[in-house]
Amino acid sequence: MIAADLSVILPEIVLSLYAMAALLIAVYNGKDAVASLVLRLTVAVLFLAALWVGLDHNDTRVGFGGMFIDDGFARFAKVTILLAASAVLLMSENYMARRNLLRFEYPILIVLAVVGMMVMVSAGDLMALYMGLELQSLALYVVAALRRDSVKSTEAGLKYYVLGALSSGLLLYGASLTYGFAGTTEFAGILQATQSGDLSLGLLFGLVFLISGLAFKVSAAPFHMWTPDVYEGSPTPVTAFFGTAPKMAAMALFARVAHDAFGAATADWGQVVALLSVASMFLGGIAAIGQTNIKRLMAYSSIAHMGYALMGLAAGTAFGVQAMLVYMAIYVTMNVGTFAFIMTMSRNGQPVTDIASLNNLSARDPLKALAMLVLMFSLAGVPPLVGFFGKYYVLNAALQADMAWLAVAGVIASVIGAFYYLRIVYYMYFGTETDPLDTVETPLLTSLVVASAAVMVVGIINLFGVEGFAAVAAASLVQ
Amino acid sequence: MANLLSIVTFLPAVAALILALFLRGEDEDAQRNAKWVALAATVLTFLLSLFIYAGFDPANTDFQFVEDREWILGLRYKMGVDGISVLFVLLTTFLMPLTIAACWTVKTRVKEYMIAFLVLETLMLGVFCALDLVLFYLFFEAGLIPMFLIIGIWGGANRIYASFKFFLYTFLGSVLMLVAMIAMAWDAGTTDIPTLLTHSFGSESFNLLGVHVVGGMQTLLWIAFFASFAVKMPMWPVHTWLPDAHVQAPTAGSVVLAAILLKMGGYGFLRFSLPMFPVASELLAPLILWLSAIAIVYTSLVALVQSDMKKLIAYSSVAHMGYVTAGIFSINQQGLDGAIFQMVSHGFISGALFLCVGVIYDRMHTREIDAYGGLVNRMPAYALIFMLFTMANVGLPGTSGFVGEFLTLMGMFQANTWVAAVATTGVILSAAYALWLYRRVVFGDLIKESLKSITDMTLRERAIFAPLVVMTILLGVYPSLVIDITGPAVAALLSDHQTALLDAASGVQVAAQH
Repeated sequence: MIAADLSVILPEIVLSLYAMAALLIAVYNGKDAVASLVLRLTVAVLFLAALWVGLDHNDTRVGFGGMFIDDGFARFAKVTILLAASAVLLMSENYMARRNLLRFEYPILIVLAVVGMMVMVSAGDLMALYMGLELQSLALYVVAALRRDSVKSTEAGLKYYVLGALSSGLLLYGASLTYGFAGTTEFAGILQATQSGDLSLGLLFGLVFLISGLAFKVSAAPFHMWTPDVYEGSPTPVTAFFGTAPKMAAMALFARVAHDAFGAATADWGQVVALLSVASMFLGGIAAIGQTNIKRLMAYSSIAHMGYALMGLAAGTAFGVQAMLVYMAIYVTMNVGTFAFIMTMSRNGQPVTDIASLNNLSARDPLKALAMLVLMFSLAGVPPLVGFFGKYYVLNAALQADMAWLAVAGVIASVIGAFYYLRIVYYMYFGTETDPLDTVETPLLTSLVVASAAVMVVGIINLFGVEGFAAVAAASLVQ
Repeated sequence: MANLLSIVTFLPAVAALILALFLRGEDEDAQRNAKWVALAATVLTFLLSLFIYAGFDPANTDFQFVEDREWILGLRYKMGVDGISVLFVLLTTFLMPLTIAACWTVKTRVKEYMIAFLVLETLMLGVFCALDLVLFYLFFEAGLIPMFLIIGIWGGANRIYASFKFFLYTFLGSVLMLVAMIAMAWDAGTTDIPTLLTHSFGSESFNLLGVHVVGGMQTLLWIAFFASFAVKMPMWPVHTWLPDAHVQAPTAGSVVLAAILLKMGGYGFLRFSLPMFPVASELLAPLILWLSAIAIVYTSLVALVQSDMKKLIAYSSVAHMGYVTAGIFSINQQGLDGAIFQMVSHGFISGALFLCVGVIYDRMHTREIDAYGGLVNRMPAYALIFMLFTMANVGLPGTSGFVGEFLTLMGMFQANTWVAAVATTGVILSAAYALWLYRRVVFGDLIKESLKSITDMTLRERAIFAPLVVMTILLGVYPSLVIDITGPAVAALLSDHQTALLDAASGVQVAAQH
């Protein structure tokens, strides 16, 4: 049976082998001299892996006695993760090279993190979950501290590590409680043990600790504290990575645990998730108002957006999961564009993150400013941009599950959130002339910003069919 | 043409796209080209919309020119007009070329300015044509983006505050409507507006968080829609964004805001609140009537003491919208006909008044009333036109303003005589502030040094006012132009409303018997 098991995790194996081979080759061939080549190769490998995972087959396969599940849900998440990782790597080359940060370890660590994420979203067992999560996290701790000579970056790495370890501890504690009271670490077994609907006290504790650990990973309030500092301290391409692929992975893992392991206890975790959702939406919205650093602002924005994604999950239905997936796919696309924009912000060759530096950008760089305007309104969820449909989807899920209060809270938070997105538009369009940003030609980044904005506009015609894939994915998770 | 409505709606957007993609440069030629393209597009849109007018059958109370296509998320791209919405479509297409012509003197970022207005036109037309809830919401909300930019980029000194206030105020109102719309979609299983118009939403009272909600679900939905439309309208006491937005917006922005955007609120009441939630409307109509009466008197008094011309007209707009809401929630033929008439007529009159302010603002760059006086000596043509629209604003018989006010007051009188009595004082107050404004600006001796060299209206300006003058007087002496179109639709709306009320009442009785 080992051959069948291995064939289920073939994409993960191939990516791991690639990472190790690349490491060997780079170490023996001049290290950072080949960094650029490794990076480009990695972009291609990740992209091809996305195609492979997405197009290979469309049935559900289970390997290692249920520890690893390769179903439509996992594939949706994996494709999103792989594409996001590939896009972020692609746009980081120039930025990293110009700031002397282009090391060959960077793309390799990203690949390893991606493998971890792929294991996470396919986990069918608490052990597999933890393995994937740690592989991802360890790789990310290192890339957060990639800029070794910067205190902020080092601080970001350390903070991320310490808090990440804490959250892993919480998660493990929850896992051990669950194991103790359910008698198994397998999701299917836990589902059986909780079939009656009422959880024993031990399982309930286990569930809550598991959720807390996962909430750390998706940076949902009140477990969000690490996010702004890590976002701010890490080099921008790394921040862009944090804001996209790991979020999708953690969210998918959240859904996996909630539905595959505790699917019979929807009422128990639904409430907790709804609370996390409301707290995140409001905290993200209100705390971002005072930010002047665009990276910190995006950190709070991501907290708020995780709140909306959790709203879909809180509904506890297949439609809710579908809404969450669509929301995340849209969110990741918007974030890729926004961070590509942030990477273009520099003055005298140094990266700038102060939003006031965007003053009057529309006069100097109309195309980029317009694209950013579209992205900002899309992030704010203003129709007719695609970001609105993400919100519409999760609100639908909440109302379908009779959580009108959650929907009302969500829309009110979205008005608060709109303020700071408008503020960026205000700087770009209404601001007066100040010290201008560099006008270095960055065709790749600019085209990514524009492409992402174009997706937000053109997507209203049919959302590029994401809806259908998400529906299939959700159906495979929630029977 | 099977998809005439889509063509009319999206033509301006296509023109905007062409401008965005193919027009380069910021020099004189590029600016002139941008203006001409925008003008040509809006005129063409107007001409095409005449086909809608020609092909529209007033006797048929169903939706006409219907287009229906699959869209995402189980929604439909469905467009169509009936006797209530067709006039707003025409009003929009009629006013937009004039608006574009009014911003001929803009010098900064002309191309972007034109694009913003063209996109705005598409979105406004979409609001009046959409026959799918979410499609409606899409157009309704999307209009905020270009308007936010128009106020923020081309507005006056305090434009930032005004643009943010405008955006967030209206956004907050509408998101609640979005939740209500989704709730309606789950309840009725569709977002199709014609189907929803025949769907009866639950009206049994229930307790929510310990509060007894009379009218049940209908009341909650009604309140959510009210939050959006009342802000948009705007009704007292949520009108405070309007004076700020108006004062800071550039002239053309004010014209669009007053003449068309405000009408979306009234249209929303007519399209959604009244026919879809009849029980709640009946229940809450007195509230609206009184709010409207207060609005009329209060904002008229506020208008009296303004020193800024635009602010004065903005407050006068709020007062005139009070007649509209009161007319709608009188729930009778005169009231509804009058409300629609008042909206159309106010579109011409308020648009023209803001243009009048724009004419002298372009020359003197101030809107302070005190900075003017005795303009009649140097600007006789201007004085005449301003006089006409001032009188129309007051509601002088023979102008369209009179018909609207008279019909709505008649409707109000049947619904509630006290409200009608209070509202009628507004007519006197409007005469007070409008005539006083006119006297201070136009009459008297020309003593201010700065005004000595002011010039009368140019040919372009006269050409802009001519269609407005014609329409104001034409509708004043021959109101059937509007009433004949709205009449059958309103009558159908009212009879549906009565049936729905009876059904709901019998439903409650049946429930009580069981």
